Formats: sequence, C-alpha cells, structure tokens
Amino acid sequence: MAGSGVFVAALPLRGTFASSHELLSAGRALADSLKEPLTAVLLGGHLSDQAAELIERGADRVVIVECEALAKPDEELQAAALAGVCGGGTAKVLLPATVAGRSLAARLSVALKAGIATDVFELAAEGGSLKARRTGYGGNIIGEISFVSPACVLTLQGMVWPQAPRTPGRTGPVERVPFSSVPTRTEFVSFDGGDAGEVDLGSADIVISGGRGVGSADGYKVIRETAKVLGAATAASRAAVDSGWVPYRCQVGLTGRTVRPKMYVACGISGQIQHLAGMSSAKNIVAINTDPECPMMKAATLSVVGDLNELLPLIAAEIRKRKGA
Amino acid sequence: MAINIVVCVKDTPESLSVSVDPATKRVKHEGVKTSLNPFDEYAVEEALRIKEKLPGTSVMVVSVGPVQAEGALREALSRGVESAALVTGPEFAGSDTFATSRVLAAAVRKISETKPVGLVLFGKNSNDGNSGIVGAQVAAWLGWPSAISVRKVESVDDKSIAVVRLLEDGTDTVKLGLPACVSTIKEINEPRLPSLKGKLAAKKAPIQRWSASDLGLKPEDAGSAGSLARIQAETTPPARPSGMAVEGKTAAEKAAKLVDILVERKLV
Repeated sequence: MAGSGVFVAALPLRGTFASSHELLSAGRALADSLKEPLTAVLLGGHLSDQAAELIERGADRVVIVECEALAKPDEELQAAALAGVCGGGTAKVLLPATVAGRSLAARLSVALKAGIATDVFELAAEGGSLKARRTGYGGNIIGEISFVSPACVLTLQGMVWPQAPRTPGRTGPVERVPFSSVPTRTEFVSFDGGDAGEVDLGSADIVISGGRGVGSADGYKVIRETAKVLGAATAASRAAVDSGWVPYRCQVGLTGRTVRPKMYVACGISGQIQHLAGMSSAKNIVAINTDPECPMMKAATLSVVGDLNELLPLIAAEIRKRKGA
Repeated sequence: MAINIVVCVKDTPESLSVSVDPATKRVKHEGVKTSLNPFDEYAVEEALRIKEKLPGTSVMVVSVGPVQAEGALREALSRGVESAALVTGPEFAGSDTFATSRVLAAAVRKISETKPVGLVLFGKNSNDGNSGIVGAQVAAWLGWPSAISVRKVESVDDKSIAVVRLLEDGTDTVKLGLPACVSTIKEINEPRLPSLKGKLAAKKAPIQRWSASDLGLKPEDAGSAGSLARIQAETTPPARPSGMAVEGKTAAEKAAKLVDILVERKLV
C-alpha cells in the first residue's frame, strides 16, 4: 500500500498547523469519495501532540518522518522525505498554497512523476478520477484539470475549505519512519518573523486595503487604524506599493498575494483587472471610492461613494459604538 | 568569479482579458498579442545586475514555445542579454509544467556541455498559467537546490548564492551552493528599459532554435505526450451577484447604514 490514498503534507506556518487543518477537511472529503485512507505526514521530530491532533481532525493515520534536519526549510531534503512516504503508488498529495508548499509540491511532482495543479479551489472525485479547478490569466479563466499519471500533487488555496473540526478521542496509528539526512546544497541561514503582531493576509477573515486614493504614506494610517477596530489584516494595491507608501508584502493582486477573506474592504482602489485577480474571490467586497463608476464599485457587494478619509473614521467609530467599547 | 547564467522566460498574452471558444472550451490564442511575461523582466534584470557585479559573467535567455515566442527573447536581448535560444517544434505543443520543466532542464544541460551553467533564474510565475512552480521543477530535474519567492540576492559568487525569500510569516535567508535555480519576485529590483541601441541590436541578433532531438529528448518526453496534467475545459468565472449602493445624505449617515448592514450580515 506504499504511496496509495490521500496524503496531507502538514507544514507548520507561524508555529501552527492551521493550513493543515484546512487540507484535512479537503482531504477527508476526497478520501471518502475515493474510499481510500487519509494520511497526514509530519516532517521533523517531537511531533506527537501534533500527530494526535491531526488524527482528531480526520486523518486515518499519521506518518512522522523523524529527522531533525527536516524541521529546517531545506526543500531538497523535505521533498525527498515526502517522496519516500508518498511515492510508488497512486498517492494524491495535498499541500498548502504557500511559498513553502508550492516549492515542495513542484519538487515532489518531479520526484513522483506526478501531475500537478497549484492554487486549487475546488476538488472532486468523479468515477474514481480526480478533477481540480484552479484559475489562470489573473483570475479571468477557470481551468478544469485532470491527471493521466497514477499519482498527483495539488496545492490548495487557503480559506476555501474550513478547518476540519476536532473530534476528541478519535484515534489512529502513528507511524514513525526513519530518514537519514544526506548532505544537500541548501543551507538555512536565518529567519525574520517581521512584525509578529500583524494579522497574516492569507488567513485573515477581514482584509482592509488601500489604493491610490489614500494619497500618501501618511494617508495610509487611516487604513491601519480601521484595521485595528475590524481585527483585519492590512493590504494595498500595486499603486500604493509602487508609490512606496506600503511594503510589497502587503500587495494584493496578480503581482502580489491572492486572498479569499470573508470581507475585503477596498478603499480608494479603482479595481484594475490585476488587483481584482488577487481578491475577487472574497465572499464579500465593500468598496469605498469617490468614483461610483470604477470597476471596484461595480464588483462590490456593498459600495459607498465618498472620501475614505472622512468615511473610515466614522465607520470605525460606529463599530466601536456597537461593540460597546 | 564569473558565472554562466540562464534566464528562462515565457511569451505570454499582453492582455489577460482573453476569451474562451465555446466549441472547444479552450482559451482562444489566435490573434492574441503576446510579449515577454512581465514577471520575467525581474529575472532578466537580476541576471544583468549579477553580470555587472561579477565581470566575465554571461547571460543567456531560453524559452519553450512557438516561433512567435522569439519576440519575448528579443525583448530580453534588447535589455543587454547576450544570447538566446528558442526550444520550438510541434512536439512541444500542449506541454504542462511537468513537461515544460523537463524540456528546460534538458536545455540547461545542453548549454552546460559547452559552458557550465551556474545559475538559472525565473520570474514569479507566468501571467497566463499562474502556476509559479517551473523554477523549482527544473531544479528537481537537474538535482539542484532551489529557492522561490526571492526578494533579494544577499551575496553571490561562483560558488554560492545567498537569497532572502518573502514568506507568509516573514522572511528567511538561505544559501544555495551553485549550480542552483532561483525564482524572483517583483520586489527584487526595478527592471531597466531597453536602450535604442539595444533594441536595434536585438532585432538582428541570431536566435538558436532547438528541437526535442537537439536536447536529447524523445518526442514522448515533451508536449501533451509528456504531460501528466490535462486541461479538460476552460471557462470564464461566473459574474459576481450585483451589489448594493449604500446611500445617505451625509458621510455619517452612510457610515451608520453600512455598519448596520455589516452587523446584520454578521460581517463585523
């Protein structure tokens, strides 16, 4: 049974396995319709607690590849370890659509001779064969992908599947697999967590974003202030980033990140196709703009015509009032 | 201290507003204007900057695509890249990322026969396929280390390259022993514009053309025969349901009304 069934590569991010819990709900549904087992794979050591939780959240079994070197971002080693667990069969391997997930998935597809689809937002098993849907052309085209190889590798977009709930007491086997580290040419030097207090764009329920309309770096402050009240992550359009008002890591769109929050508040963003590519899958879009005819106002669930500098403090005050704070 | 650098580029549609042929359920490519994938401009620029730092360094661009993809290669040449090769032929039609990366890896091996390649650079992703994996796949085929989402080259010499990667939870620095593959992001630099002299030279520059057999590949290694992922259908996404304009006589009225709706819909 080597390498058969559905596999979830449980990779930590910010010290948590939240993205793995989303993969588990996608994986569980897939495993059930294919009538195949769902295996979660952990890389590194000291992971017994995580293994138990992955089983409580739906994995039938957990494989821990035990090797301290795998805890570091050495993708040559990590891909070899994953290929060792998932290879040689008809594995469907799910990874998060993060930088690390994408990079590992790419290497794994070559190692397993497996077809690959990235940034998948819909997954179905029809008559035992897999169909994945993903976007291309900056969100303008949806491609439906199938695979001719026995195995396949998929990275799944965040915030599409819910986190698999925990069923306390659910048990399953935890296998520990040895892995002998080999010398690679990848050397981890350092990690910088940046502003740890910042809400990550990719996993935020609410994202508030500023564009050309904020006018200046100073003008962006009102976005940050409102974000605090909303508990939102802050983002920006390319115009605001290229003007040097906001760092690139906050850029949403074709050139930056793709987000799928419950609510995306677009402030002073006209809504060029490149920006829409990064956020048009948000469940709700609130647009605030002086131009009622711009594409963002047309795409919005709720649109408010007006000056963001005037409106945002009023909106923040209203929310504070309702929260009784 | 010199390195031989290869930049892999793609010729992609200039506009992302493409349409789907309802009969074939595939994106229409006929008559669509194409140019150098904008994300690849950063990879080309970074290669040129490394060349300026390390005298004797060479920069070559390679692409897999139809004959018209020469246009993208000439755009790279006009910015100061020295040589270019186009991997082209009917055997490459319908390639997925698995097949494309295999072909690019074979091209890098071919170049290395005469001039050992130390570094292969890529853009973040293509603006049509949007996958962002070909760089790491090429590295896997070659058995080389790789880094994607690279925002800065910290240091580079003929033995290694230290790069800073932008991650979801911060940044990290990794040092790769050469040869290696590196995929760049927009933050890494500001691409130069081609000079008039560069444009004129690029027009006349010879571009090598390679077939599958030139690269030592069998026809079944490339194109749809060598691909593992199949696009069954392409469609345009459904339009978003039409929205609602929040109105009011004053800004305060609009703000209160908006928050009413947000509370009612449990969005705040």
